[in-house]
Amino acid sequence: MVYSLPEEVLEHVFSFITSDKDRNVVSVVCKSWYEIERWCRRKVFIGNCYAVSPAIMIRRFPEVRSVELKGKPHFADFNLVPEGWGGYACSWIDEMSRSYPWLEEIRLKRMVITDESLELISTSFKNFRVLVLSSCEGFSTDGLSAIAANCRNLRELDLQESEVMDLSGHWLSHFPDTFTSLESLNMSCLGSEVSFSALERLVAMSPNLKTLRLNRAVPLGKLSTLLQQAPQLVELGTGAYSSGIRSDVYSALSKAFLGCKELKGLSGFWDVDPSYLPAFFSVCSRLTTLNLSYATIRSPDITKVINLCPNLQRLLVLDHIEDSGLNALALSCKNLQELRVFPSDMYVADANVTLTEQGLVSVTQGCPKLQSVLYFCHQMSNSALITIAKNRPNLTCFRLCIIEPRTPDYLTHEPLDIGFGAIVKHCKNLSRLSLSGLLTDRVFEYIGTHAKKLDMLSIAFAGDSDLGLHHVLSGCESLKKLEIRDCPFGDTALLANVAKLATMRSLWMSSCAVSIGACKILSRKMPMLNVEVIDENGTLNPKLDNCLVEKLYVYRTVAGPRSDMPGYIWTMDRDSANKI
Amino acid sequence: MSVPLEHDYIGLSDASSLERSSESSNISSDNASNNVFNIKATELSLGLPGFAKNSEENAAKSGPAIKNYMSGAKRGFSDVNFSGSGKGINGVFEKNQTQQLVSSSYVKPVEEEKKGPVSENGSVPPSAKVQVVGWPPIRSFRKNTMATNLSKSGYVAEANLGSGGCLYVKVSMDGAPYLRKIDLKIYHNYAELSKALEKMFSCFTLGQCTSNGIKGREGLTESNLKDLLHGSECVLTYEDKDGDWMLVGDVPWEMFIDSCKRLRIMKGSEAIGLAPRSMDKCKKRN
Repeated sequence: MVYSLPEEVLEHVFSFITSDKDRNVVSVVCKSWYEIERWCRRKVFIGNCYAVSPAIMIRRFPEVRSVELKGKPHFADFNLVPEGWGGYACSWIDEMSRSYPWLEEIRLKRMVITDESLELISTSFKNFRVLVLSSCEGFSTDGLSAIAANCRNLRELDLQESEVMDLSGHWLSHFPDTFTSLESLNMSCLGSEVSFSALERLVAMSPNLKTLRLNRAVPLGKLSTLLQQAPQLVELGTGAYSSGIRSDVYSALSKAFLGCKELKGLSGFWDVDPSYLPAFFSVCSRLTTLNLSYATIRSPDITKVINLCPNLQRLLVLDHIEDSGLNALALSCKNLQELRVFPSDMYVADANVTLTEQGLVSVTQGCPKLQSVLYFCHQMSNSALITIAKNRPNLTCFRLCIIEPRTPDYLTHEPLDIGFGAIVKHCKNLSRLSLSGLLTDRVFEYIGTHAKKLDMLSIAFAGDSDLGLHHVLSGCESLKKLEIRDCPFGDTALLANVAKLATMRSLWMSSCAVSIGACKILSRKMPMLNVEVIDENGTLNPKLDNCLVEKLYVYRTVAGPRSDMPGYIWTMDRDSANKI
Repeated sequence: MSVPLEHDYIGLSDASSLERSSESSNISSDNASNNVFNIKATELSLGLPGFAKNSEENAAKSGPAIKNYMSGAKRGFSDVNFSGSGKGINGVFEKNQTQQLVSSSYVKPVEEEKKGPVSENGSVPPSAKVQVVGWPPIRSFRKNTMATNLSKSGYVAEANLGSGGCLYVKVSMDGAPYLRKIDLKIYHNYAELSKALEKMFSCFTLGQCTSNGIKGREGLTESNLKDLLHGSECVLTYEDKDGDWMLVGDVPWEMFIDSCKRLRIMKGSEAIGLAPRSMDKCKKRN
């Protein structure tokens, strides 16, 4: 006797399952679960917008309310992906506007979206609530005006680090008088001034506003006005944090911060005048997130702040914090989970800034909950890395950037192989790793052997031969994203691990030693991969199999080759593959 | 690596690309020589691929020039024949996958070779400030913000001001299918900038003007502009902080990079219209 739960019951059970991975697992249990699940899936995450087409998504999941898409490869953040590469949101927005009238949320990362698409979003989805454009480009404040004017139920507008063409600061005035639903606004990336009166009006009519991130152009003198209108804020991003010597500004600000009893996160702090820092000391004891990574203040000032924030979980800061500040962090902030230390000078070690590996060692020692590290520095040693690994086996994300490529252990002049080896050996749940410094193939042997949960790996200026790449591709079972630049990895390792590539989201290799011949072979052997060769300089001769490729981007897809490639991308024509 | 190799823009040294090429050409050889190349080509050794081990093969199969410029090429490589060795290739690679790739032939690294650019007393000397694209890995938003941060706070020693930060701006050329991005901080004067743009967009002519020995600081002179008009109709303009489109070359270099948000190479009739006015400006100035 076959017994199964009624559909409605299963649907109800599934509604408690929100993680994508779990949903995907549920959907392959059996055909009827697949059917039930697909009709009640409300949220779709697509890590590579070219891995699937809008039509396929819509056909499978007809009742989606929230879509998240990512476009360009991660290295686009560092200008390694040429302009015009792709990641266009247009076709997605067009098709969703026809098929998902009840869509509520769109989140895009590293995609190109136009004002026309923004306008289409604003008029197609009656219940639209959340728009997040992270590191996107292609649109202007006109598109934002359309969103403001037409999205009656908008809750969240987040332009995080997007490149917006700033045509006018008046887009904020397009929110109608009846608009009261705003909960989160992040406009910190906007270059020019927004109309302050419009901003004030917006804040005043948004009783549910919890997150407000201003841009640099909002003067400090206006901040207290806004805070007084919105004492319920949980996250605040200030504008420029200086105002000359104005005691009235200071006292108003101080008073306004006193009134913010819910404030848990602070960011912004461009152009900081240290004398204004104490104005927010009253909120420090509640702070869980603090982003001072644009504040060029000195270590003593930073330390003063940190000592007041015992509940800090997330800190982003410049290397001005120095080892002394990190020692203070290790003592004061026992709940710290994430630390990011950025360089103040990109190229040369500032003689006045003493940030070394010691600071990081202290933090890993003192902060038992630390899981995620991004650390830019100028020197590192194997012994420090080993200590870090033993101190913090619970690390899940470890990104170390020693600024000068191929820098060896500064004490022993050895490669940093055993140091990173210790990291992957001890941190068994490590899911993200970025390497730097002088590294041989040996480090990759360690990674392949131990980093079984590694999801994303970034490699630059490392390794000696294909053996290094082979270790990674054959050993890292969970690897989904691999990005490599300037390493002597080439055809042999790539072609020996073609099947692995179909289990990954994507592979990026630039300035390596991969030949066009190998790309052709890879294309032919693996029709489920798009093998895209980027030839920006126009020097590639595709008839010469041993010609090296500048940049290679390989990703799995069910949507076939994409139709929006610029002229500098070469792919293999599938027809010739079928002939063989 | 006993000698630090010079790296070109994309980080490849010529030596390594040549070795690589001869090893790859092994892969497309036909079945007859499979046995020989099976062993050699699949040997994974530490050290630059192809170094020493395949030197005999290098001599035999001298790699052709790697960088052949192809203009107007069709963007697909379907027109290349997959020779009968197609099957052979498949056969080879399946073999590879079962072979012990972690072979005993890999050589232990010789310590001295691995040290890289370290001087005798053990300190790492400051390497030549070659700006490697995309390194260190910091987002443009942060780079641009920090660049203006540092100059505003007036806080950094003068020596650092030049090396700190970078300023990526978009460069468009009328009629070009896609834009480029350049880092203005790499260049020190208008001549360098125009040379670089000339390379990127081959019809550009401002370089001709300033290469007559006129310094960028003084802007364009009348004779330069005449050349410009008689040359091709290309004019370089930029959008400044106020959103206005200005002719490049009028203001001192430092002022220019401080206010330039994006560049545009104008062509054709629009350009012709622009130049004569500037010529009047120059006449007045001179």
